[in-house]
Amino acid sequence: MKLDRKWEERVKEIEKGGLEKYHEANESKGKMFVRKRLSLLFDQGEWREDGKFANGEAEGLPADGVVTAIGKVQGKTVCVMANDSTVKAGSWGAKTVEKIIRIQETAEKMKVPLFYLVDSAGARITDQIEMFPGRRGAGRIFYNQVKLSGMIPQVCLLFGPSAAGGAYIPAFCDVVMMVDGNASMYLGSPRMAEMVIGEKVSLEEMGGAKMHCSISGCGDILVKSEEEAIQRAKDYISYFPSNYEMKTDVKPKQSPIHQEKKLQDIIPENQNAAFDMFDLINGLIDEGSFFEMKALFAKELITGFARMDGKAVGIIANQPKQKGGVLFHDSADKAARFITLCDAYHIPLLFLADVPGFMIGTRVEKAGIIRHGAKMISAMSEATVPKISVVVRKAYGAGLYAMAGPAFEPDCCIALPSAQIAVMGPEAAVNAVYANKIQSLPEEERPAFIQEKRKEYQENIDIYRLASELIVDAIVPADELREELVDRFEMYESKDQMFSSRKHPVYPV
Amino acid sequence: MKQVKTTMAGNVWKIQVAAGDEVKVGQEVVILESMKMEIPISAEEEGIVDEISVEEGSFVNEEDVLLTLKTK
Repeated sequence: MKLDRKWEERVKEIEKGGLEKYHEANESKGKMFVRKRLSLLFDQGEWREDGKFANGEAEGLPADGVVTAIGKVQGKTVCVMANDSTVKAGSWGAKTVEKIIRIQETAEKMKVPLFYLVDSAGARITDQIEMFPGRRGAGRIFYNQVKLSGMIPQVCLLFGPSAAGGAYIPAFCDVVMMVDGNASMYLGSPRMAEMVIGEKVSLEEMGGAKMHCSISGCGDILVKSEEEAIQRAKDYISYFPSNYEMKTDVKPKQSPIHQEKKLQDIIPENQNAAFDMFDLINGLIDEGSFFEMKALFAKELITGFARMDGKAVGIIANQPKQKGGVLFHDSADKAARFITLCDAYHIPLLFLADVPGFMIGTRVEKAGIIRHGAKMISAMSEATVPKISVVVRKAYGAGLYAMAGPAFEPDCCIALPSAQIAVMGPEAAVNAVYANKIQSLPEEERPAFIQEKRKEYQENIDIYRLASELIVDAIVPADELREELVDRFEMYESKDQMFSSRKHPVYPV
Repeated sequence: MKQVKTTMAGNVWKIQVAAGDEVKVGQEVVILESMKMEIPISAEEEGIVDEISVEEGSFVNEEDVLLTLKTK
């Protein structure tokens, strides 16, 4: 009996975490205690924990600043590592690192998703020999993450800082949720930046949640609170199987949201005018099923998960409302990442193309738009999940290629009647082909000549002509597209293709 | 002083507001012509148009200031 009491006391002490003042400091920032976070994440707030007594002999290091747990999230087994920022600011000691490595090993063996609830100042420098350089030092955490990538979903919820080396945990995860105002990622703190390179900058500006979710692209989902982050993580995982050998669960069917306008009336006749691609997406998917990835980053390309007749699908769509839907280096990067994510977990891909091409000009060339575009085309080519490309309106130049055009083995390429496929639009093409001729004409004759040539060009690229040439596989009116897609995705479920037996490509990056 | 900047390189096609106009969040203020597309540029904050820094027909690069807004 005496022993039991000792057990109880010890457990109680450990579960309190760090000193009261650190709990208070966290609370004032809207941060929950690590065990509260876990109780919200796991079904019925229950989990099994390993290494609770880690570093129990040392003073003031309950669980060595990290909780590693296995439990159920929405009925499915999930592993979790969660930093405790009330213990030495969530820094990593030798046992912390060993616990993280072990939960990764458990997740690998059980083939279940792994959640990283990050809130950590980074390495405990006083313990560096034990935790930093060795075979089972912190480097092993990242090595494991790379190995696990594409085998089991890895989800990062960033509640506080992830500093220096620790910033690579989110970088190797499939998705990163960041709490606005509290979450941050940086290699060197503002204090270090000032000392080492002389830059004066705020933490928010250099590594804050808003910056990473809208500019650097290191964050995927910006949330207002920790509760929201946990809810979004649960929503996210519902689109995924537990591992790469399984498929996502089917949910009950839903009709699309009711919209005033018919889909074919949403798409403007003028190819050059903007419209909101979300109106088309909403008309195709089950109501309320859209889960957008990187909503604030490279908005000219929409990426997100949805359900059609209850089945998960990954959507890549140009957004004409933002930057004309033109592909930029960042949007190509965003697409490549999303395609790889879907392909790893058997989530079929739907491309909705309305793209004037890749951006041109000095800015984007200097930013390496060619290699970023190559990255997108490479990821899209290699994807072996059911893949449907829909040409909504224009698909010009390499834009057609990047959006899974006919040469890239989509299972079918569907055109809406409004589709226009060409190397470039009529205006640009007539200028390119007849520039000298136009110059040689008297000025008053030019508009009529240009008009006539544009008309000829339009006729030449007429979508029924392209269908007659077997360039597109089907022409489907917008209002019948959902049904067409649901049917086709259902019938493509047996697809089982291997792209190549070689080791791996030399990735364009 | 709040600034409305371009999102991409292109030509200023239409300026849809004048100095002194009240602008709401999300309101289209300028339309660029770029890559043969109409690119609407919206205000991200509300305010009153103080100064328009470009003319119709002028080339603008990404992040150039189109106009400035002052608080109501």
